[in-house]
Formats: sequence, C-alpha cells, structure tokens
Amino acid sequence: MTAIRDFLRTFLLWELLLGLKLTGRNLFRRKVTIQYPEEKAPQSPRFRGLHALRRYPNGEERCIACKLCEAVCPALAITIESEEREDGQRRTTRYDIDLFKCIYCGFCEESCPVDSIVETRIHEYHMENRGENIMTKDRLLAVGDQYEKQLAADRAADARYR
Amino acid sequence: MAELIELVWILTKIGVILGPLILSVAYLTYAERKIIGWIQNRNGPNRVGPLGLLQPFADVFKLMFKEVVLPANANRFLFLIAPLLSLMPALAAWAVIPFGAGLVLTDINAGLLYVLAMTSLGVYGVILAGWAANSKYSMLGAMRSAAQIVSYEIAMGFALVGVLMAAGTMNMSGIVQSQAGPIWNWFWLPLLPLFVVYWISGVAETNRAPFDVAEGESEIVAGFHVEYSGVAFAVFFLAEYANMILISGLAVILFMGGWYSPFHGLPVLGPVFDLVPGLVWFVIKVAGFLYLYLWFRATFPRYRYDQIMRLGWKVLIPVTVVWLVVLALMILAGFGPWFD
Repeated sequence: MTAIRDFLRTFLLWELLLGLKLTGRNLFRRKVTIQYPEEKAPQSPRFRGLHALRRYPNGEERCIACKLCEAVCPALAITIESEEREDGQRRTTRYDIDLFKCIYCGFCEESCPVDSIVETRIHEYHMENRGENIMTKDRLLAVGDQYEKQLAADRAADARYR
Repeated sequence: MAELIELVWILTKIGVILGPLILSVAYLTYAERKIIGWIQNRNGPNRVGPLGLLQPFADVFKLMFKEVVLPANANRFLFLIAPLLSLMPALAAWAVIPFGAGLVLTDINAGLLYVLAMTSLGVYGVILAGWAANSKYSMLGAMRSAAQIVSYEIAMGFALVGVLMAAGTMNMSGIVQSQAGPIWNWFWLPLLPLFVVYWISGVAETNRAPFDVAEGESEIVAGFHVEYSGVAFAVFFLAEYANMILISGLAVILFMGGWYSPFHGLPVLGPVFDLVPGLVWFVIKVAGFLYLYLWFRATFPRYRYDQIMRLGWKVLIPVTVVWLVVLALMILAGFGPWFD
C-alpha cells in the first residue's frame, strides 16, 4: 500500500508541487534586506566599535595608567607608557591601540576601573595610509570628546547590568 | 522594383519581431533576478535606475566592453561561430509563430516540423562550443547537454504528435484555430499528460534548472561556455533566454489556445474579453509560462545526470506513448467538446 502511495506521489509530482507551494508563499513575504547605506541595522548600547578615551566633566582625562587594559588585552594590541605629572599624579605619556591587532572583545572596557577606555558605536571607518591603524592617545581622546554625549548615555543605559 | 519593396517589407517585419523579442530577453533576465530574489526574501537588483529597471542594459554594456578571450589551441573559427549557431535557430523559429489571428511572418503548412527542426539545430552550437574551446569542462558540459537534448527531444516529439492528432494540422495558426473556445476547449485538458511531458522536456531542452547539468556550475564550472567571455558569452545568454521564450510561446500555441481569451465563445464574457487584442492574450500566457521557468529555478535542486536520463527515457517516453493510444481512442469515440 505504501509502495503504491509513494509511487503515486512521485509520479503525480505531488512533492514537487508542495515545494512550489512553499516558494510561492515566500514570493509574497516581506523582504528582509536592509538597504545598507540608506537603512541601518539597530545597534545595542553595548556595541563594540572604534575605541575612545573619555574625560571627566571638568576636562581631566580619566585614564590613570593602571595598565589593566594592557594586561588583559588578549591580542596585545595596547601599548602604554606612563610617568609622574608635575602635580604628582600618574598619567600616560603614550596610549596606543593597534587596530589591526585588536579583536574588539571589549575586555579593555570591562577591566577599566575608571571607565576611561571605551568602545564606541563607530564601525564605518577606514585607513588610507600606513600607520593610521595605530590609534594614538590624542586621536583616542579626540574620538572620546566628539562622542562623549552618546558614550555617557550608553553607559547610563547599561549601568543596571554592570 | 516590386521584389525590392517586398524584401524591405519582409525585413521590416523581421525587425518588428526581433526587436521586442531581444528587449524581452533583456527584461526576462531582470525578471529572473527580481523574482528569484523575492522568493528568497531578498529585493533583487534595485540600484541601476528606478527599481533597477536599467540593470539589463548595464549588464549588456559590461559584456560588450569586455574582451573576448580566445583560449590557446582553440579552434578559432568554430569557437567564434558556435554562439551564432546556437542563437540563429532560436531566432529563426519565430518566423512561424502566430502572435494573433493572421499575425505571423510566414504561414507555412509544416510550421510545427519547421519549429522542431530549428530547436534541434540549437544543440550544434552547444556541442561546437564545448569542443572548439579545447577545455575538458567545456567538453563534459557539451557531452551532457547533447545527450540530454537528444533524449528529451523524443519525449517532446511524442507530445507534439499528440497535438498533431488532436488538431489534424501542422500549421501553427491552424492548431490555434482548432482550439477556438473557452479555456476548457483548449488542448491542455484532453492532452494533460502530454502537456506536462511537453513542459518538462521543454525545460530540459533549454538546459534550465532543474535540468541544467550542462552548466552545472558547482561541478563543471559552467559547462560548455566556461571559456567564453564578453560578447560571445552574451550571445549564448541571449540564445538561452530566446529559447525559453520560444518554448513558452510554443506551449501557449499548442496547448493553451494561442491568442484566444479564456472566455472566448461564451455568451456574455466572450465578447467582452475579445475586446482585448489577441496579441495581448498571447503575451500574457507566454509571461505565465516564463514565470514557471523562474519559479522552477528558484525551487528545485539540480537533477543528477543519471536521474535526468532515467526520467527522460523510462518515465516521460512511456507516458507519452500510453497517452497517444488513449488519445486515439478518444478521437475515435468523438469524445467531449474537443473531438466531436
């Protein structure tokens, strides 16, 4: 009996018609494509993109050169050198992140005791010359200054879970 | 002088047929990409021009500006003439296709035979392309394609014999006229198994998915046209799509009542729908069959080579032979509205 049924199913193209029905239904479904430059996918406040160094509201840089981020970085992308400033505080003289080494794991951000090194939502960036892959302290601070509002808002949104 | 005017007149008619045909080939490629995109929940091409409508022209210009690479040790003459050999029959067959009542270039009595002969010639282009390119993938693709087309031609021929028996004429317009009437008067109903067999072999004849082992891009790269580039490749492309339109047009003429509206001859609906010119009904029906091509391509995975051969020889041909006998009995008994 099953043999006859299977034969009829094959012979009358029943299974093929089922397949056509499936694809025919999909023809009228809503399309999932995001038209990238015009439309963008939603981002989480925890998005891990280009790095930045933040400042306190009074303009003082947050980083205290504890080197926890350098120690935790699994890709060894961070290089820090520090010395004592005139007022006796320890500050970095060099803070380099090699974007070619960085794997954007976010460990530096998590390890930072003063919320200084953070990852922003910027992910559409490029380099045009050799050496631009090294984010120096100045460039990191500049990024932090430019996006401070959003960075603070993202940290506040995530504060409950940290 | 009279002959000259006659010649110019015929050339004009050929231009009037080929111009829209080539334009519809261009937009068939666009429709294919759009529809397959929709079926896969994508948008399809939408960047060149509004809704991507200029995409086919972008593709054509890209191919025209590319170099035609001649492979080392290829047979130059055959290599370059092969695309033309596959395109010419695909276009020549349109000479006997009636687009509407009386709208036909040459109304010959052996129209169906002529079409069969032309579609069979197309395989030479494929074989020569595969052989002349001096590449093993081309050769394999050409062998597969040749075997497949030859096998399915038999099933298709038998299906057409059924149409001949039912219509009693080989003249294409005559075949359509013998189907005059509403949709259930057309030949697809009494010849349903032959219609299905015709359509399956039609898909196989044009080397389209799921019977596209001749190209088989995952196994033999692209089969018979691996070595082709630029305009030569474009000509193969044109031939493939022109053949698809031709097979769809034949399906409409032989089984779906050609230029008649689905309500032709009915009391009230008939005259209303007959206001739409026959050409429009013909184009609508052809578009429906072309959509089937694209739908199949988006749905079915490619057959294995031995499965194709099995289907052609051991399933389709016996089915047609059996139905020819049934059909003969139906005609003898003057069955239904078709054969009385």
